[in-house]
Amino acid sequence: MRFQGTDSYVATDDLMIAVNASIALQRPLLVKGEPGTGKTMLAFEVAKALKKPLIQWHIKSTTKAQQGLYEYDAVSRLRDSQLGDGRVSDIHNYIVKGKLWEAFTAPESVVLLIDEIDKADIEFPNDLLLELDRMEFFVYETQEVVKAVNRPIVIISSNNEKELPDAFLRRCFFHYIRFPDKETMLRIIDSHYPGIQKALVREALGIFYEIRDVPGLKKKPSTSELLDWLKLLMVEDMPAETLRSRDPKTIIPPLHGALLKNEQDVHLFERLAFLSKRERG
Amino acid sequence: MFTNFFFELKKAKVPVTIREYLGLIEALKAGVHSYKIDDFYYLSRLCLVKDEKNFDKFDRVFCHVFKGLESVSEDQLAQIPEEWLRKLAEKTLTEEEKKLIESLGGWDKLMETLKKRLEEQKGRHQGGSKWIGTAGTSPFGAYGYNPEGVRIGQDKSRNRRAVKVWDKREYQNLNEDVALGVRNIKVALKRLRQFARQGAPEELDLDTTIHKTAENAGYLDIVMRPERRNRVKVLMFFDIGGSMDDHIKDCEELFSAARTEFKHMEYFYFHNCLYERVWKDNRRRHTEVTQTWKVLHTYPHDYKVIFVGDATMSPYEIAYPGGSVEHWNEEAGQAWMERVLHVYHRAIWLNPVAEQYWEHTPSIKMMRQLMTNRMFPLTLEGLTRGMKELAR
Repeated sequence: MRFQGTDSYVATDDLMIAVNASIALQRPLLVKGEPGTGKTMLAFEVAKALKKPLIQWHIKSTTKAQQGLYEYDAVSRLRDSQLGDGRVSDIHNYIVKGKLWEAFTAPESVVLLIDEIDKADIEFPNDLLLELDRMEFFVYETQEVVKAVNRPIVIISSNNEKELPDAFLRRCFFHYIRFPDKETMLRIIDSHYPGIQKALVREALGIFYEIRDVPGLKKKPSTSELLDWLKLLMVEDMPAETLRSRDPKTIIPPLHGALLKNEQDVHLFERLAFLSKRERG
Repeated sequence: MFTNFFFELKKAKVPVTIREYLGLIEALKAGVHSYKIDDFYYLSRLCLVKDEKNFDKFDRVFCHVFKGLESVSEDQLAQIPEEWLRKLAEKTLTEEEKKLIESLGGWDKLMETLKKRLEEQKGRHQGGSKWIGTAGTSPFGAYGYNPEGVRIGQDKSRNRRAVKVWDKREYQNLNEDVALGVRNIKVALKRLRQFARQGAPEELDLDTTIHKTAENAGYLDIVMRPERRNRVKVLMFFDIGGSMDDHIKDCEELFSAARTEFKHMEYFYFHNCLYERVWKDNRRRHTEVTQTWKVLHTYPHDYKVIFVGDATMSPYEIAYPGGSVEHWNEEAGQAWMERVLHVYHRAIWLNPVAEQYWEHTPSIKMMRQLMTNRMFPLTLEGLTRGMKELAR
């Protein structure tokens, strides 16, 4: 059971080692990286490549660790008791399973994605230490222990909004997805748009890395933005020459809305492009 | 097996523990990687480093500990760098040159210096008379004119792989002391959070409701409670003008991050040192001023105070009445600083001047003493330390 990347996902050597190590040693894999470098996609692709079901747990600022285990639906039990419903006598009817429980008791080993763990409260990761380490937890209401039948492959993504506690980090493997270099980027584009014109890609990539190098951008465009932009260029049937010639009237690349998502960035880029044109002219 | 590596990492302040080390051993036993040095690099980084800001430190240690390994065959993996250096040098030096070395204080001394310089020096170097590089007059390097020089990396090693992953130092920018931006600052400021429930009850307190209902023999008894909010209150004083012009960008970023991060934030400007008046609008600094006494009386003592300034001035501006460069001050800046610190127990000074220069500027030293050492550099790492101090 080894992960080698898929047709639609280019995995670099270090990423493959990271995924395979966490599968072999059954430790959670914590993935960080610039937005848009495919952190969440990784879990989807691992599940696809290993032909395992994927359970996703998306974290919000209000998510509590307990919600991943189970929730005791006290309100409906209260309502049922006031209506005299027969189900009331059995507490099991009101225990709602969370994503971790689902993953632990699945008939086969699954891939569990805990997405954007940094969105939650600072204490959130600490509340999951034992659960992720031993892959078991205790249900207080029914006095039972839920233990993983098959240990799931856990992939955790973080956007670095909060620092994660050391105790939590120690239990994970850590991988940082670097921004892909040109070579890797070409492979990524190739895997997404197999038939794309080589000339168009070359010109577009040139512009893309140029934009990324502009100092002081608020949000640098990333892989997912590049892919969107290429798609737009293809849909519009933009010839590669248009990108190369750079019509002086339109200093900024065509359909730039896909790359620059902030009007200050657009202004900044226009200013810089104007200056560099004046120098050349 | 790799204990040396482990301790070197610890020495370089990469936070590693036994648990991570055992994890690496376990991974090696499980045979996750093939026996290539690149794979080993990735695997050990995966197991030992838990934050991208430590990647650069890790790369440096890795480079230092496993230097030369990539050029030897796999069954010789136990070589240590010192021996490697010795062998390399012995191969390239003639007997005469070796004698010259003896005359220059002996082999060991030369090797020691060489090792030290290898550690100090990062990156390629050409010319010059001290660093290791090419075409220089330093005793260490290649193609040079110094007969007692040690040749490094000439002809023979050319067929080695051109650049090693850990030598590229791609993660240098992620090192904490380097990058500062609004977003990064916000993350650092987030440490200063104090959640409390205050104000109007708006949220259903489920647990207490259930408890109360049970007590009420099953009849609903709803309990509400106020929402949790960040209650931290911050008072910021910015030094403006003069020598601070060099640091304007850092201060702007800090200001905009603080404005969005703290709901209760008040700010004032001062020049060089705090005196009896501060102001809110720098263009009208002479007409619209606020008396410092008023600030002290308006904001209660649970405000946390952050000074931002380079504290670079003449010591008179701190120590003597009338020392200010702008106006006649009745009382010394020192007295005003002490007054503020007396009211607000949680206070720090953020200094955009790099920490290594602090010792050489008397006014920074004085200010630091006044702040009882609570002065931190305006870097990400310094901000984090400062926020920790404020949150204590």
